[in-house]
Amino acid sequence: MRIAPLDRKLLRDLWEMKGQAVAIAAVVAAGVAVFVMYHSNFDSLRRTQAAYYERQRFADVFASLKRAPNRLEERLREIPGVARVETRVVAEVTLDVPDYPEPVRGRLVSIPATGRPELDDLFLRSGRWIEPGRADEVLLSEGFADAHRLRPGDRLAALINGHRRWLRVAGIALSPEYVYVLPPGEMIPDDRRLGILWMERRALGSAFDMEGGFNDVALSLMPGASPEGVISALDRLLQPYGGLGAIPRALQISNWTLDNELKQLQSFGVIVPAIFLGVATFLLNVAMTRALAIQRSQIAALKALGYTNGEIGWHYVKWSLAIGSLGGLLGMGAGAWMGAGMIGIYNEYFRFPVLLYRLSGGIALAGVAVSLGASALGAVFAVRRAIAIPPAEAMRPEPPARYRPSLVERTALTRALSHATRMVLRNVERQPVRSATTVTGIAFAVGILFFAFVFLDVMTLLGDIQFSLVSRQDVTVSFAEPASAGALFELGRLPGVLYAEPMRVVPARIRFGHRSRRIPVTGQPAAPELSRIVDVSRRPVELPPDGLVMSKMLGDILGARAGDVVTLEVLEGERPVREVPVARLVDDYMGLTAWMEIGALHRLLREGGTLSAASLLVDKPALPTLYGRLKTTPRVAGVTITSAARESFRKIMAQNFELITVFNVGFAVIIAFGVVYNAARISLSERSRELASLRVLGFTIGEISLILLGELALLTVLALPLGLLIGWGLARWALTALENELYRIPLVVTPQSGAWSALTVILASAVSGLVVRRKLDRLDLVAVLKTRE
Amino acid sequence: MRTATATAFDGIVFRARGITKVYRMGEVEVHALRGVDVDLREREFVVLLGPSGSGKSTFLNILGGLDVPTSGHVTYRGRDLTEADERELTEYRRHHVGFVFQFYNLIPSLTARENVALVTEITRDPMAPEEALALVNLTARLDHFPAQLSGGEQQRVAIARAIAKRPDVLLCDEPTGALDIETGIVVLEAIERVNRELGTCTAVITHNASIASMADRVIRLSDGHVAGVETNASKAAARELSW
Repeated sequence: MRIAPLDRKLLRDLWEMKGQAVAIAAVVAAGVAVFVMYHSNFDSLRRTQAAYYERQRFADVFASLKRAPNRLEERLREIPGVARVETRVVAEVTLDVPDYPEPVRGRLVSIPATGRPELDDLFLRSGRWIEPGRADEVLLSEGFADAHRLRPGDRLAALINGHRRWLRVAGIALSPEYVYVLPPGEMIPDDRRLGILWMERRALGSAFDMEGGFNDVALSLMPGASPEGVISALDRLLQPYGGLGAIPRALQISNWTLDNELKQLQSFGVIVPAIFLGVATFLLNVAMTRALAIQRSQIAALKALGYTNGEIGWHYVKWSLAIGSLGGLLGMGAGAWMGAGMIGIYNEYFRFPVLLYRLSGGIALAGVAVSLGASALGAVFAVRRAIAIPPAEAMRPEPPARYRPSLVERTALTRALSHATRMVLRNVERQPVRSATTVTGIAFAVGILFFAFVFLDVMTLLGDIQFSLVSRQDVTVSFAEPASAGALFELGRLPGVLYAEPMRVVPARIRFGHRSRRIPVTGQPAAPELSRIVDVSRRPVELPPDGLVMSKMLGDILGARAGDVVTLEVLEGERPVREVPVARLVDDYMGLTAWMEIGALHRLLREGGTLSAASLLVDKPALPTLYGRLKTTPRVAGVTITSAARESFRKIMAQNFELITVFNVGFAVIIAFGVVYNAARISLSERSRELASLRVLGFTIGEISLILLGELALLTVLALPLGLLIGWGLARWALTALENELYRIPLVVTPQSGAWSALTVILASAVSGLVVRRKLDRLDLVAVLKTRE
Repeated sequence: MRTATATAFDGIVFRARGITKVYRMGEVEVHALRGVDVDLREREFVVLLGPSGSGKSTFLNILGGLDVPTSGHVTYRGRDLTEADERELTEYRRHHVGFVFQFYNLIPSLTARENVALVTEITRDPMAPEEALALVNLTARLDHFPAQLSGGEQQRVAIARAIAKRPDVLLCDEPTGALDIETGIVVLEAIERVNRELGTCTAVITHNASIASMADRVIRLSDGHVAGVETNASKAAARELSW
């Protein structure tokens, strides 16, 4: 193959600066890797989601109600815009899994014994569909089955309407409704603690007094139909039957979580690569500016030979593009590898029939395009400046650099500074743009690290708040139906229970002006001992004797403040509608929440000491006995065990955040190393004559190293505070991006995180500085002095 | 052939009138040329003689389209170079001008052959790089990098690079300035041969008066002015020079 002489020059020049080229390519690679990782995951998840929803006919609108007769189904079909209707019976139960000590939540969902559901069809992973007439057969959700190693043919017990019944697993299934399974009232998914069981409609109906009726509806819409119109029509129809308010697909919890994740992938996929590629662009600009300064006379010669500015410019832009392509290629590989790893994590939390990692041609192409774009951008300004110099001027050596006494020297300190320090200061000040660039680059390395560490801090704090300040109970028991005051007394008498605290949760819609939200109102003692409300300053909040207390987030959404009167539409029992004053707003971490003092709530609902759940403080040795009793206690719909929740929280932290932290540390080191190495090489190339002259004058290698590396040390030190600021800003941005209606994430910063970020970057800088410093040992004094600049 | 040559010899290649050049170097303003009138003719070998700072290089750069004068006009075969834009000047350099510089200005990352190929790539009807290098007696050093060549050899590569395009004019800026006498003579022989055998109008800048005896005409520059023009009745061969 014939290579044009200019291209040969390109290859050899690149080889000459291979260290720098690789350092910059690594930063480009980091940017492309995260770009590919986020976007390929976004793409894989979104395609899988769309295909799955389509194939299994995922519904568009969901509603729960108390009980409606089957004949209502006809009326539902007649709602304009409705395409299909699937009515179901859904019930919460307590499960008893053999060889598992704790009681487990179960949700029973009805399916037809013959034929398939019209909407939200199941994907049968293994085993077979239930047989008509076999009331004890169920299909089990895959996540739960895997977590408990249950297979078709195995048995588990359920406490159904007060009776313990053995159920046989006919098959293992997945549903588009339960891609993501979150136990009610919890923040962290745990496949062991919530099982979805699909059971024949008739069997389930008779067990829960739902014969001839249903308590759950899913609808699909005709193309172009508005979900809002259908929802309000549906709500009107279901209202007499205890409708709890319909929700569109967008708010269905599993889909909402998935959409939320997709949105995050998208926004992270823009900002994170932009940081890396921005730094890479800076580095390329600096490296190219220097390379072109060295080649000044070669550029002049090429011009004299008749090469056009375009040809010469393209030659040097290709130089940068070559580095960019190397980075793009490396990044593509790393991104595909990391992307596949990330899909592995998603496969732990999202249950699809198949979620395969797919790196599409489009994303690969976009990855190449961004790497080339960033590198071209890095080169183009340097190149334009260099080729704009008229050839006759370029032929002459550059005029000597203009130095002035530095700012520090112009102040009072002059006498105190050594010559080496003066040289360092003057050099930094003479090249303010380049110094600023280096500082910014290093600062981003610090920032990325700090961001990663702050994230760990935040998650640790979140766990501490949730499990030490908020949920201080050992066990939370919730009832299938609101229970009378006597139930609390009975719970208190269960083995090992030291103290039981009531909780009344009422499904409701809170309305203020034209805005409204469906939010349960939680009634608690004014100053609960166990399940507490804690504000952002981590102080427990006492509930006033009257009025509603709302989270600030809910207040913001409704536009309501303390003193306003909101309308509370209770979606249970007699469905009373009451006007309630807002007593105060609480700035807390829990997203959308509303509380009332339990007595006040009872008065509002005109009921006695009803409770829907209770928090228990338990003598630890008695826990196994208590679990055994709860598994068989009628009316208990769910048992949440705080230590288990804490454990799954810890597990998730370990799985996700530690991996992400490792990635981030790697990236930060790449950036810090790349920036400092690049700066050191450039300093060395610019000043080797000067340094060699100093050696000739009798300076030691140590002394000249100080001049070369002192500058980098100074810039690194300047970068540290800026980096912490950048990291803080990134964390703020990311936490706001992650914030949603379920939780808010506090931004906390520990000195340790700052120290570790600074230390890691200082170390990376020192290592790269020392790599360059080794070249000083080999400084050829005579040759350097002879070379003509 | 003879008539054709005679006609061509009478033709004016460059006509420079009232050339001045002021440029800034660092914080200093330099008046390099203060009104220069010069003609260069076909096949002519001209030496521009003057001490350093006399404006010789600036003048040569203007002839070569590397620089534009502050005022005055230069025409090349009737085309006004001072009116030409960047693109036209590049085109002019690419197809008509061969440059040789005091410090050779070779591309260090390319071999001798590749340095010449750099030019033959982009021009019409060039010589083969090997042929150009043979003309300067460097056939044995085709694949050496500049760093592996002596100064004289590097300068001969530069000459080969300049003549490979069969230029209409060869402009040499102190071609022997960085060389010892022996090597300098070898380089001058190469230039002499190109002028003689290819008939290329050649201008050589030097501050070395003994080189002037090689020329058809000698133009003396001093402090930005033409201080005198002499025509040599008989040219000396490069081999006969000494300094």
